[in-house]
Amino acid sequence: MNIVVCMKQVPGTTQVKINPETNSLVREGIENIINPFDTYALEEGVRLREKYGGKVTVVCMGPPQAESALREAISLGADDVILLSDRAFAVADTWATARTLSAAMKKLASYDIIICGRQTIDGDTGQVGPELAEMLEVPFVAYVSNIEEIKESYLRVRRMVEEGHEIIETSLPTVITVAKEINVPRLPSLRGIMKSKNAAITTWTIADLNVSPDMVGLAGSSTQVIKIFFPQRVHRAEILEGDLDTQVDTLIDRLKGANLC
Amino acid sequence: MGINFDLEKCVGCGSCVPACPFGLLEIVDDKVQLKEGCTLCGACRDACAYEAITIEVETSPESRADIDSYRGIWVFAEQHRANLKNVSFELLSKGRELADILSTELCAICFGYNVTNTDLLFAYGADKIYLIDNPELADNQEDYLTYQFVELIREHKPEVVLAGATALGRSFFPRVAAILNTGLTADCTGLDIDTEKRLLLQTRPTFGGNIMATIICPASRPQMATVRPRVFKKVQPDTGHKGDVIRVDFKPDNFQTRTMLLEFIDEVTETVKLEDADIIVSGGRGLGKPENFKLLEELAGVLGAALGASRATVDEGWIPYSHQVGQTGKTVCPRLYIACGISGAIQHLAGMQTSDIIVAINDDPNAPIFEVATYGIVGDLFEVVPLLIKKLKEQ
Repeated sequence: MNIVVCMKQVPGTTQVKINPETNSLVREGIENIINPFDTYALEEGVRLREKYGGKVTVVCMGPPQAESALREAISLGADDVILLSDRAFAVADTWATARTLSAAMKKLASYDIIICGRQTIDGDTGQVGPELAEMLEVPFVAYVSNIEEIKESYLRVRRMVEEGHEIIETSLPTVITVAKEINVPRLPSLRGIMKSKNAAITTWTIADLNVSPDMVGLAGSSTQVIKIFFPQRVHRAEILEGDLDTQVDTLIDRLKGANLC
Repeated sequence: MGINFDLEKCVGCGSCVPACPFGLLEIVDDKVQLKEGCTLCGACRDACAYEAITIEVETSPESRADIDSYRGIWVFAEQHRANLKNVSFELLSKGRELADILSTELCAICFGYNVTNTDLLFAYGADKIYLIDNPELADNQEDYLTYQFVELIREHKPEVVLAGATALGRSFFPRVAAILNTGLTADCTGLDIDTEKRLLLQTRPTFGGNIMATIICPASRPQMATVRPRVFKKVQPDTGHKGDVIRVDFKPDNFQTRTMLLEFIDEVTETVKLEDADIIVSGGRGLGKPENFKLLEELAGVLGAALGASRATVDEGWIPYSHQVGQTGKTVCPRLYIACGISGAIQHLAGMQTSDIIVAINDDPNAPIFEVATYGIVGDLFEVVPLLIKKLKEQ
């Protein structure tokens, strides 16, 4: 089975700081990590290979330094890794990112299942997986929490929705996004770490992909960020005073005043 | 398409530097320099008093005319088991505002089978309902929804299309946008209109809610967004407001479907649904162990409340995921939210901070939950909650 995992390198924190002089994000000094949701995707890919055979290829779009994420992916069990890196890919929205990834998938030619994390922790959109599926014209299932069964041409999964779980069958090839409930990712093995150090990282630029420059990066992005700002916290709590008995009485008074009890 | 700096005109005053939301500008040797990553947002151009910055965005007359042929605001009216979800009414309430600003019509798009109460779509502001009613659509088969929605958009050309940022909306809307080659903004918490350019201003949290971004889709149509549930308030329904129901003939055979729902497993263990609850009692790691949720259940029982939980308790397996409030759980907006032993990670706050009244009970006075709380009790929840239950019962 050919398993492909999509991966993004993201800042290792969501506690971003602001530079008061330039009113912009401070990016320096923040370590980059594999998007945490993608580690579940990779783990699931490796588990599928262990059970059904085949190979796990990790594809990552990003700047040259994203190579470190791909080395880590090798230490965690990936067989092949491909970095999609070109200035033309930069500042892409989800549509342009999915278009770049889909061009890479078409170059890979053979894939049975493509696994993505449910969303990234920086952009938080969760849109690249479904957009990629549609560009490849294959079916899509989001929020998978368990892979129940894989047969020759179909996959049966459990996925999470607001009201509970759905058991869904889909034909292969397919794209799925996985929730963190699906597994507990392993730590890198010693053998994996050794392997990752000397592994060759394949890099594809726009010249390697059959895609027009105006479909990728900023040029291919329909959406445009025009403003970023920090959310304002509007109020601070009224901390209730007195002994516990008084505090609870005050609270009940306040709730009564609002017709809540 | 690109940004140009006329260095003859640039005096190196530096007023563009703080204007860049991405911090990409610097002054080197008294002249402006741009780092990589520019999105052509235009903030620096507007800040430059010397007209040294120009931005070219190609919009050909043909594409301009094409964009102008799109009119109207559409809202995807999501149903589950033939009942319309509240988010549909919230979006119609907001959509009505936007449609009035643009002097255009508001349409609800409803897929399902024997969906009840479709009249409510009019009551919440719709001028028109496109109703696609077929047994095959009862379970929201996403392939059908995706391809039929694309057909409808191509035929009727709405300028704005909105859906709830629910599991369904966030799964099939990106596919619609992918086919239509248009932009989609995820999980918006603010929508407004730039009346001059007739653009939808879409504001959304990013970096786990630490930053807000406003996004536009200037050169392709429709402008699409998913919107977080419980962010926009429902208006008072006006049962006198009526409109046209347009039944769309749905032929399953015309569409390819490759996925099939085999089974649905309900996981809502409580009587009051979290998303619809007026009052929520929610517990965090401060409960110490799973058995202590019983205490909160008792408080919830007295108040007629639903039971919520922080991600930490769900990760520990103390309570099912369906109770989780927060960024990767549910967004709620009850009249009263009582947070017990919840420290208030930004991801949790993102899911509940718009609640009308928030009560925080926590023994750590520095817990971030107090920053969003209306009333706070700094104390041991195992003393506070039993006393609260006792006094409420005495009422």
